[in-house]
This record gives sequence, structure tokens and C-alpha cells, in this order.
Amino acid sequence: MANDQLEIKKEQDLMQGRKKRSATQWTAFTLLGIGSLFGFFFLALILYWVISQGASAISWEFLTTAPKNLAREGGIAPMILGSIYMTGGALLVAMPFALGSAIWLSEYAWKGWWLRAIRVGVNTLAGVPSIVFGLVGLGLFVVALGFGVSLLAGMCTLAMLSLPILIRASEESLRAVPRSFREGSLALGATRWYMIRTVVLPTAIPGILTGSVLGMARAIGETAPIMFTATAFMMSNPWPHSLFEKVATLPYHLFGLIKISQHYNETRHIQYGTVFVLMVVVTLLNLTAIIWRTRVRRKKAW
Amino acid sequence: MVDTIREANDLQTHQTRDDAKEHTMKDTKEWVKRQFYGEAIIDVQGLDFYYSKKQALQDVTIEIPKDGVTAFMGPSGCGKSTFLRTLNRMYEIIPGAKATGKILFEGEDLLKTDPVILRHKIGMVFQRPNPFPKSIFDNIAYGPRIHGLRNKKKLMEIVEQSLHRAALWDEVKDRLKDSAFALSGGQQQRLCIARALAVFPKILLMDEPCSALDPKASDRIEHTARELAEELTVLIVTHNLQQAGRVSDNVAVFLAGGELAEFGPTTKVFAEPQDDRVADYLQGRFG
Repeated sequence: MANDQLEIKKEQDLMQGRKKRSATQWTAFTLLGIGSLFGFFFLALILYWVISQGASAISWEFLTTAPKNLAREGGIAPMILGSIYMTGGALLVAMPFALGSAIWLSEYAWKGWWLRAIRVGVNTLAGVPSIVFGLVGLGLFVVALGFGVSLLAGMCTLAMLSLPILIRASEESLRAVPRSFREGSLALGATRWYMIRTVVLPTAIPGILTGSVLGMARAIGETAPIMFTATAFMMSNPWPHSLFEKVATLPYHLFGLIKISQHYNETRHIQYGTVFVLMVVVTLLNLTAIIWRTRVRRKKAW
Repeated sequence: MVDTIREANDLQTHQTRDDAKEHTMKDTKEWVKRQFYGEAIIDVQGLDFYYSKKQALQDVTIEIPKDGVTAFMGPSGCGKSTFLRTLNRMYEIIPGAKATGKILFEGEDLLKTDPVILRHKIGMVFQRPNPFPKSIFDNIAYGPRIHGLRNKKKLMEIVEQSLHRAALWDEVKDRLKDSAFALSGGQQQRLCIARALAVFPKILLMDEPCSALDPKASDRIEHTARELAEELTVLIVTHNLQQAGRVSDNVAVFLAGGELAEFGPTTKVFAEPQDDRVADYLQGRFG
């Protein structure tokens, strides 16, 4: 009898403990949940802000014509084109270097301090503030190499900036190629280079391309690296027309509207419209990459 | 002589399925009388192998017969796969792996020759089927193309011939352009055999080729291995005793630590192992 009561008491204690614990747990989850909402909240806020202020600016004319009347009217088509040319060009300039070093890092490099040093170097490059790239680009491409403030100099500077992202993305896709493919090729008497060319690269290329589109999405919004080296506000001919001429771009157009133009208040809807377009371009690039990646993954049979 | 060995082996194979041990005992006398091989194709002398500091093979000395199928057996981690991989230098892609000693093949120490050329002569089939993500045709034409063969007609001839040799032709002749991944596991493994055959190797190394396959597919691989042994040397690593019994003429047993403990005609080794530890190993497997 006494025993039974003891059992019951124990059980009650246990239940109480459990209740207490579940209460603590509930509080913790709730707090963490609220915390995580903040991330979403700010995204929603930014989207709401930009869309509510900028949507009125969006029109066919805005997307297809050049600015008029000191950028108080007209569109931003030359800037859209300029940004796409600049980042596309940066990708073309950076890709051979990125691919080369990724191949070397994943296929040839032996372990040891040299490899570590290069890895650290690549990672540090990723952490260098973008304005530093701007200044170095100015010194190196604009002045020393004599490109002038031009589309070309901007491409090269942006290429430098996106190099680490591209290297990392390429290296990851190269490493993801199964060892069994490499073994199969080598065992047939292929040289290392033949193996890379015929088996490793073709298998890794979709991943490399997706990675580079993501890198491009990252680079297209950069302002600091191109403001000294490539871009200008309110040019007489804003359409991109030569590698060796200045070019108008989306982020710098916004900068100009706010910091250079005297008509800051009159162009507010254009400012938000410009940012809206920039965000749409970035989203489209990311979406392309994601869709591409899922399709390739689904096709993958190994 | 090879034929008689094979006949005896075939006879043995059929009955092994009912009762492996009892039968091999009966047949043994006939086997012991016979020398187990004529000519050696590979002569391994004092081979030591290291993964960084860890020794995987200890002073392995063995002459590998040119004729028939030779099986390499032993418990996991005994170095049998490592041994196979020294023969075509595939171990070299593992950082820190090192082999010392001598392996004579065609009058040269193959540890000192160009591995790229060596691998043309000594082909390999791996544990898991590893076709390339290409078409069936391109998979098999891969080897000849390394050698610079571009002629479509010649390539087609080689592809067809290799597929015939791997007993896969009838199943894939109408879909050579399809992806190799559309094939079943067993077909993929036979495709890999055909791919290895397309460069006309003198030796075919098979590293547990059936470990990822169901019994029926394994059976076909074993059959293919036996047929191939008519024209080239087949070396097979297996942990499956029954398989070794069915497929091999000679067997080498490795023990933990990378020591080659016993080598001889399969039936003889199975019936009367000279080394107690090998006997234990074989017993354990029989249950």
C-alpha cells in the first residue's frame, strides 16, 4: 500500500517535471521563432518599401528608353544594358582564370603549405572590401594599363572581385565529380589531362555555370569597384557603345540620382524604380541558376 | 593443359553448388598431381606497400600464371585489393601510397615504367560499375580514342567486338546511343568490362566485380570472366568463397596485415590448406 502511494507520488513528480520542462521548451521555441521572423520581416520590409515607392515608375518607357531632362524623366534602359554588359564581361574575363585555378586546386595541387597558402589567399580575397578593388582597379587597369575609365577597366575590376566566388564554385563542382569516374578513365590509360578534359570537366560544367551565374548576380549590384574605374552619370550618350568608353550602370545611376543630381526630391520614384529593376535582375539571375541546378541534379544518375 | 584444368574446374563447379567441401575433397588427388601452371605472366618479388605509415602488404612474392583465372581472397583489410591496384599502379592516385619491391611484367619492373602505357596492357574493372555519363558507344570508344583512334568505322568495329566479348551486344545493339546509366547494374558492369576490353589488355584485373550485383547478374559476370580467361589473363579479387571456387583455377589467400599466406590451385587450397590460419579462414566462411 505504502509502496503504491510512493509510486503515485513519483509519477506526479515526473509529470510536474515534464510540464515544467515543456513550458520552458515552449518559451524557448517561441522566442527563437520570433527571432527567426526578424530575418523574414526585414526582407518583407525591403520588398514592400521598394515596390510601394518604385512600382509607379515602372513602365514600358522606363524599361526601354534613355533618361531625359537631367534624369528626371525617361527610362533607364542604357543602365540595364550597361550593368549586364559589365557583369557579363567580368564573367568572361574571370572565368578562364577561375577555371584554371579551380582545376589546379582540385586536380593537381598536392597537400601542404603551398596549397594551404593559396586557399587562404583565395578566401582572403573574398573578404577584401569592395572599395579596395575599386582603388586597385583605378591604379592598375585605368592608369597603369591605360584602359582609361572604361567598360573594359570595370569588367576587369569586377572580374577580380568575383574571382574567389567563381573559384570556389568551380572547385566544388570539380570535387563533386565521383572518384570512380576518374579511376575509370585513368585505368584505361588516360593521362590526367585527358581525364580532366573528357570526363571531369564535362561532368562538372553545369555546376560551374550555375556557380558563375550566382557570382554574376552578386557582382551586378556592386558600386564601389566600378565607380572609379568604369561608370559615369548623365553622359551625353548613355548607351554602352565601346569597351574603351565610360558606361552607365544601374547602381551608379542610383548613386548619381541621389548624390550628384540637384533634383534629389523630384526623382524619388525613379530612384526606387531603378532599385526595383536591379532587384528583379538579380532575382532573375538567381532563379535561372537555381532552376538550372535542380534540372541538372535531377538528370544526374550517379 | 589449360583445357584439362578448365574441364576439371567445370566438373567441380557443377557439383560445388550442392556440396562444396565434400566434392573438392574427392577431386583433390587429381589436382595435386598436376603442376598448376605453365607460364607466369607477372612475377612479384618482395612487394611491400604502405599507405603513409601504415603497411598494407608485407613482402609479397608470387608468380601469377598466364593461363586461366587467378583469384585473390582474404578477410577485409588484408590488402587483396591493394595488391590488385599495384599491378596497374592505380594506387598512385591515393596520396601517400607507396610500393617498394619488384613486379616483373614483360621483362620490366612495372613499378618503374610509365603507368599510362602500363594501363593500356593491364585493364581494370571496379567494385561498383562506373560507366561514364556518356552514351554506351562513347563509353566503350573512350579507350581507343585515348590512343587517338578517330575513324568511325574502326571504332564501331571495336565497340561491337568488345560488347560481344563482354556478352552484352545482344542487349544493347539497338541503343548504343542511349546513356550508359539507362542500363541495369549488371549490364553496367559488363559495359565496364567491354570498356576495358576495347583497348585489348593482356591482363584484366577485376576488383570484387560482383559485390554490388544480385546473384543472377553475378553469375553472368562470372561466366564472362571464365570465357575471357580463354584469351587473356583474368585476376579477380573476391571475398566470396563460392565465387572463387566457381570461377578460379588458382587462388591466393591474403591474411590480415597484408601477408600472402597461401597460393595454389583452387581445389587444392580449398581442400587442404597448408597454413592453419588459411584453414581457419576458409572454415569460418563455410560456417
